[in-house]
Parts: sequence; structure tokens; C-alpha cells
Amino acid sequence: MPKAIRSVNDFVIKFANVNGSGSASANEMFARAVMRMGVPIATRNIFPSNIQGLPTWFEVRVSEKGWPGRRGGCDLMVAMNPQTWDKDIASIDPGGYLFYDSSKPMPESKFRSDVNVVGMPLTEICNRTYKDPRQRQLFKNIIYVGALSALFDIERATVEKLVREQYGSKQQLLESNIKALNLGYAYAKEHLAGLCNLKVAKSGAVGNRILIAGNDAAALGCVYGGATVAAWYPITPSTSVAEAFAKWCRKFRVDPETKRHRFAIVQAEDEISAIGVVIGAGWNGARAFTATSGPGISLMQEFLGLAYFAEIPAVIFDVQRGGPSTGMPTRTQQADILLCAYASHGDTKHVLLFPEDPRELFEMAALSFDLAERLQTPIFVMEDLDIGMNDWLCEPFQWDDSRVYDRGKLMTAAELEAGKTFGRYLDVDGDAIPYRTLPGTHPSKGAYFTRGTSRDRFAKYSEDGAVYVDNMQRLLRKFETAKSLVPAPVLRRAREPARYGVIYFGSTSAPMAEALVSLEQAGLHLDTLRIRAFPFRDEVADFITAYDQVFVVEQNRDAQLRSLLVNECAIDPARLISVLHYDGTPVTARFITAAISERLQIRAKEAAE
Amino acid sequence: MTYLPKPKFHHPALPKNALGFTHRDYEGSISTLCAGCGHDSISAAVIQACFELNLQPHRLAKLSGIGCSSKTPDYFLGQSHGFNSVHGRMPSVLTGANLANRELIYLGVSGDGDSASIGLGQFMHCVRRGVNMLYITENNGVYGLTKGQFSATADRGSRSKAGGINNDSPLDLVGLALLIGATFVARSFSGDKTQLVPLIMAGLSHNGPAFIDVISPCVAFNNHPGSTKSFEYVREHNEAVNRLDFMDPRQPITVDYEPGTTAEVTLHDGSKLRLAKLHADYDPHDRIAAMTYMQQRASAGELVTGLIYMEPEARDMHATLNTVDVPLNGLSEKQLCPGSAALEKVNASLR
Ligand SMILES: Cc1ncc(C[n+]2csc(CCOP(=O)(O)OP(=O)(O)O)c2C)c(N)n1
Ligand code: SF4
Ligand SMILES: [Mg+2]
Repeated sequence: MPKAIRSVNDFVIKFANVNGSGSASANEMFARAVMRMGVPIATRNIFPSNIQGLPTWFEVRVSEKGWPGRRGGCDLMVAMNPQTWDKDIASIDPGGYLFYDSSKPMPESKFRSDVNVVGMPLTEICNRTYKDPRQRQLFKNIIYVGALSALFDIERATVEKLVREQYGSKQQLLESNIKALNLGYAYAKEHLAGLCNLKVAKSGAVGNRILIAGNDAAALGCVYGGATVAAWYPITPSTSVAEAFAKWCRKFRVDPETKRHRFAIVQAEDEISAIGVVIGAGWNGARAFTATSGPGISLMQEFLGLAYFAEIPAVIFDVQRGGPSTGMPTRTQQADILLCAYASHGDTKHVLLFPEDPRELFEMAALSFDLAERLQTPIFVMEDLDIGMNDWLCEPFQWDDSRVYDRGKLMTAAELEAGKTFGRYLDVDGDAIPYRTLPGTHPSKGAYFTRGTSRDRFAKYSEDGAVYVDNMQRLLRKFETAKSLVPAPVLRRAREPARYGVIYFGSTSAPMAEALVSLEQAGLHLDTLRIRAFPFRDEVADFITAYDQVFVVEQNRDAQLRSLLVNECAIDPARLISVLHYDGTPVTARFITAAISERLQIRAKEAAE
Repeated sequence: MTYLPKPKFHHPALPKNALGFTHRDYEGSISTLCAGCGHDSISAAVIQACFELNLQPHRLAKLSGIGCSSKTPDYFLGQSHGFNSVHGRMPSVLTGANLANRELIYLGVSGDGDSASIGLGQFMHCVRRGVNMLYITENNGVYGLTKGQFSATADRGSRSKAGGINNDSPLDLVGLALLIGATFVARSFSGDKTQLVPLIMAGLSHNGPAFIDVISPCVAFNNHPGSTKSFEYVREHNEAVNRLDFMDPRQPITVDYEPGTTAEVTLHDGSKLRLAKLHADYDPHDRIAAMTYMQQRASAGELVTGLIYMEPEARDMHATLNTVDVPLNGLSEKQLCPGSAALEKVNASLR
């Protein structure tokens, strides 16, 4: 027997499956069972851009400490895909476990001597039990979930309850699933006992946290934030935002008496049209959004400039994926930062929000509509595939019932009637945000002609250079106003005075917290600043100048946030050291720890010499 | 410039409509188009139609793309909100505006370049989605604003001012509108106010996607011999299928047509359209027959004008989407936000 990893509530299990084999829901059920045992999990789907037949992986990190990031490595591999066998076996940590279908004999060369093998004749059991080939495939998944539960000491009743919740209304499906579950459970108890030293023990560490994917949370945030119009065009990884919005609207936005909808969802013919619909709706006073990914943002460029210049509220969810071009459409990146910050031709700057997890995404989604109407401009919510499409364990959602929507500076019919001066592009109170009127407000006052061409403070067409500059300057001042309205960065001080800082944002938050603990254990103390929005508030530049140097951790090749920092905060580039991860997988704590400690050790050595 | 600056005061003798508005109340800024441009005549027809329809100007929203034609919404209905968007993308902006507030009347104004070239996709999808609007293309067969390049509606063999010949097949927007489900389809000529004004009135009153293709000669780049969109050419080849008389229920009916040659159509709001039939066999309620007829006349070199097709019982996008009767932009937090108790239940379902 090789050395065997022993661990309770702290390990990584990876499922290697074939896309379209029905494994996804079984794997998720397994993960949720661990969570129901009170043990925190972090799950990641790694899937191809295809519907059926290609390899997919599902990773479950079981973590009593509740680390939400990928750890890296793998303690137990459920190898269900012959196509990827060799690669999968190679990725198991020494002393780890291989769980596989032992129905067919395999040559010894296919195994590793430093990995513990747990074989179960899944196909044989299925063929014996089921006649229908489809059932043989589907129940195979549930059978291994049963077996794994037994291996890890997950209570059978906990899993059974999950099956009941999922198939509750469909009696026949329910019974056959429970039968399959028990089959697997009983087999493992009888034949596999003692083969696995990875265990799940009941815990209270999950607390009242919830498990949800970012796109689902974003859509719920849109419902809470008062969005009524959504226009979109299908693209991975953003499609599920629109789908989830439809789901939540069916639940919360159907008039109880008339059954009519308090929402409108348009699947547009392309992303240009989708953003056009959003801009038309925003111009006319509805809270509207679109959800897309990099290629869609590329198509929307002209319209985004119009919305910036004509000052029209709009909310755009960019669920970032690997680019450029079609790039790695089902892998994660943070590589649209510059594309969105300066979207469109001419001088433009846009407000970006960087949520760290689904909970914050829910809040930022709701907030984005207030910001869009207050600032009368497009707001980008910068998700990425990791947050958007993976289930995250996060704090429960909260809502303050006394909250009212900020509809921004809307001049009413009564104000117009009372003779209040209306200049569509007139800054009346110094915040550089003008008043707007909605179509149909007043019979004879407040109408104006919206256009992308330059015009004076009263919306009258003008090609006069001074008039144009006046307006562009006001737009710059409006961006200054935005600084005070966007979420502030989050500062975390190290336990000991630090000479170095770290800046990070978005989904990097998950591994960062964990990396900091490891770095601290190695005696490396760093203060951190999590950036939550662009424009950067003054705290950001203050932070950078307070340290010898600051690491900027990003999930793209070109250090896009760093460029934005250098450019917008007039920072000496030498102050900022990039830590970049962009292979399409979420950045891990191990990666960050290694990259930073390596740099700091070099620095220490240089200083000593 | 076609309009001279006008004094602000209203002449007491100006005729008023039922709302007490004069013509002036429907006018806009002074046009900056070339003198004699067909587009200005269309603006005048829009003003006339809205005046006669007794529309409250502020209850109409006018949207356009980019082009000389798309500039025109600035030149009529100065009390209405307008949106001069981007080239070829007005249909999506109009769709969004309409979703936000179903109670306003939406007028989309576009050009042949704007709708048949860069915006062809948006035009088609907006129509097939059933957006309640009147969509007018001011069709001159050229890109006026960029100085005379052929547009996609230019006829094969037509000659540009610079002497080039168009060898590509033309796109027929009327044919496309019929094909993709517009429920009101008409064609007219900017120089034929008698025909155009009632068509615009009927189009604005229609409850669904209404489309009027208005041939509108560009005097600067497409009004020479060899052009098939010139004043001369259109006058010679015009073949009107019917004459229209639009009767608002609030107005006494003053014109009467010869019995036997008229047909009455009631619109959803109770107003009536009276068609003086020039062709006894032309039935504007038969989409397939209309399509066939268009093709036949086109191959005979004739340009059919008039009301080509109409579905009186048309439904719009809001019916398909089953949205509430009230405008979405007027819903309150109470109607939109499920609140904290509901959120607690959501949380519970995610554990
Ligand atoms: C994206 C983009 N491409 C090109 C242009 C330049 N452009 C302005 S108007 C126009 C053509 C307008 O033709 P049409 O719609 O027929 O209007 P007309 O001027 O003939 O009334 C073009 C190509 C533009 N404004 N935007
Ligand atoms: S260029 Fe042609 S379309 Fe444009 S304003 Fe002049 S006449 Fe009209
Ligand atoms: Mg044209």
C-alpha cells in the first residue's frame, strides 16, 4: 500500500466525466450533501464548448476553514472518462486516491504506484440492474454518489433527503434514484470499507451560508434592483443571467390578479440590438440591462459611446471569459477590463464594478441600477466565468425594506410647470449631472432631442468647439462625482507593519485570503486592497504610495488593471508588480503564494547582498 | 433651407384642431436639408397628419438612425421627445423605448441606407417582433448624407449623379415588410401629400408594426435622368392601388366617395379608413395576394403606391410578452421589489 493521505473535512475531489452523460446533477448533489453535513465546499465546473461527448471536470473542494478558492491539486479522482484517463491519473497528488469503474480489467501500467486505488464495477452493477441503456448511464452517476457517500462517511439520510427534494414530485423517478443511491451505498459499505482515509465529519462551519452561482445571484439582484427590461443574445458564460432573470421574474414579477408580467425580456438578434433595446428603455425611464461576454461587448462599442455621450442609463453584465476572439469560451479570465473601461471611439470612460462573489454580485447588480440612473451612464458589472457559472458558498443575501430606488435627477411635470429651468446638459448644482426628462412628461415643456452629435447645454445642436469642450469637461467632472458614489475599496492590514501591498479584485478574492494566511505563516506580511470599482477612489492611489511596492494580482496576460492604475492615478509603473494568471482556470492560493513569496525572497536576497 | 424662421407668436386666425392646437404646435426646428429635398415634404406630411389626428405632441416619441432622413425628426413635433440614435440601429432603440412605456405613440424615421443596408437586420427583427410603431423610410435610393453613394434600394441599372451604374439587385423594403409580418404596409411618394397624409394618420393609429416606404427624391444626388427615384420617374411610373381617406371618430366625415368604389376599414381605436379603390380587384387584407401583386407590378416597371396590406386586428409585442397594461417605467418599488421576507425564503432554498 502506498502512503495514504488522511484528512477530515479538508481535501479536493475531482470528477472526470463526459459532457452530456448526466453526471453534472449527480456531482452537484454530492457537493450539496457535503454542505448539508455542515462542511463548507467550493465547487468548480470545467467544461468544454460543446454539448455532448467532450471531457468535463467537476471539482469539489471540501474545506472546514471555508476557503472559497481553488486549492490546486487533487486528493481523490473519480475517473469516469477513459478519454482523459492518463491525464487524470497524473493529476492526483501522491498518496491520493483513484476511484474508478473496475468492470473491465485494466493493465497495471494504467495505474500509479503512489496512488491508492478504489475500484468499483459500476458498469457491471448497472447492466445487472437496468435493461434500458439510458438508465444504465444515468443511474451509474447516482450509484457512484451513493458509494462515495459511504466512503466519506456522509450520512445516507442526508443524501437521500437531497434526492427527495430534487425528484419529490416525480414518484417513479424518485424511487428509482433512491434505489440506485442505496445500491451504491451498500456496495461501498460491504466491499470498499477502509479503503479511503478522506472523511467528511459533521460540522457547523457552513453556518447560514448559501450556495449559488453568480449569474443566478446577478439576476436576482436585477429583480430586487427594479429592472423591468432585459435584452440579450446567447453567449457562454452569460446566458444563465438572462435565463435566471426569467426564472426569478416568473416567481416574483407576475401580477397576482391579472397574471400579466411586470417585466419584458427580449432575446435580441445580436448584441448590438440587445444594447440598443437597453438604451431605448433606459432613455424612456425603465431600468434595463443586458448580459454578455467579451465578444458581445466588442459588438456594442458604438452604442456604448452613444450612451456615454447622450447620457443614458444602462447596465451591462460582462461575464468575462478567455479571449481574444472566441478564445477559450468556457474558461475564466479577467481580460475585458480595458475594453470596458474605455469602451467606444472617442474619449470615453465608464463605471465598472468588480464583485468578489455571488453575494456581492447580488448587491452590485441592484446597486448598478441606482448608479446608472444617478450618473445617467452605462454601468458595467464585471463578472467572470468563475463567479458567474460556478456555485459559490457565500453569506446569505440581505435586503433593507426601507431602501428606495434612486431614480436620479428626473425633472417632473410639476417642476416644469412651476417654471424650473430645464437644460438637458446643464449642470445646475456642481455635480456635473444634468436633469433629464422622460418622454411624455409635460405637454409643452421639457422635450428635447437626444443625439450623439455635439450640442449645447440646452440640447441644441452645435459644432462650436468651445461648446463641445464645455460638454466633454462636464462629462469628466461627472466621472469625478462617480468616485464618491461607487463602492469603496476594502483595506485589510497585516498583523505586522508591511512594506509591501497587494491589490486584487473580483474572483481573485477567493484564493487571496487563503494565500495571505500562507504568506503570513512564512513571515511575509502584506497589506491588501480589494478594488471594487472604477473610477478609482482616492484611497487607491493613497494605498499604492504607502508601500515600497504593490503587487497587482490579475487574471489576464497584459496586466490590464495595472495599466488602468498607472494611467488613471498617475502612478510610477515601477511601484506596481504584476502577478498574472491567465490559463483559463481560476487562480489558486498556491499560485499567488508562490509568485509573491518568490518575488519577496529575491528582494530580500538583493537587499542582503 | 426650406423653412424660413417663424415668429414665435401664434396668429389668432390659424385653424385649430379639436385639442386647440394649431399647425405650429406640431412643427419643429428649421430644416437644414437641401431646398427641395423630398424628406422635407414628408416632415410636412407628418405635421399635417398629427394635427389632423388631434395627437398630443408630447405623447409621441420620434426616433431615428443617421442620415439626412434621420435628421428630420428634429424638424417636426418640437414638443415631442426625439432620439437620433446610431446608423441603422433605431429599431432596437425604439423597441426598448416601447417596452418601457407602451402608452406613447412611436414614430421611427429612417433612410434607405439606414434601413436597407447597415440596419437591415434590425429593421427586419423589429418588424417581426411586432413592435407597435409607425416606421417610415424616406427612400431616395442613395446615401444622401455621405454624398450620393448607391444604397441597397437603388434599382439595377440606375445611374448615379457621378455617372456610375448600379449593378446590384435592389432590396424592396415593402416586399420584406410583407414577408416578415408587418401588419400595415404602404408605399407612397413624398410629392403626393394627398395620399401620404392619410397613410401616416392610419399608420400612427395602427396597433402593431406599421411600415410606410416613402419614395423621396434626393435633389442633390438622385434626381437626374437615369435615376429611378427622381420626381419625374416616380410620377410617370406611379401606380396607386387605392386612395385613402382617414376618418377620426371625433371628426365629422366630410368627404364621401362614390358608392361601389369604396371600402371601409375600422381601426382598433374606432377610427375608420376609407379606401377609394382604383382597382376593383385589389384587396388590402390579403397578404399573399398583396405580395403577388407587388411582384407583378414591379416586373412591369410600375411602382405601386397606396395601402398595400393591413390587418385590422393586429396585436403587438406587449401582447406577446404579456406585459401589464401600465407602463413598465411607472412601476414602483412595491410592485418590483419582492422584499426581505421573500429573500429569506430564497436564502433558505439555497442551503
Ligand atoms: C457606423 C456608421 N457608418 C457610417 C456612417 C456614415 N453615414 C452617415 S449617413 C450614411 C448613409 C445614410 O443614408 P440613408 O439612410 O439613405 O439616409 P439619407 O441621407 O439618404 O436620407 C452613412 C453611411 C455612420 N454615421 N455610422
Ligand atoms: S443630400 Fe439629398 S437627401 Fe440629403 S438633404 Fe440634400 S436632397 Fe435631401
Ligand atoms: Mg437615402
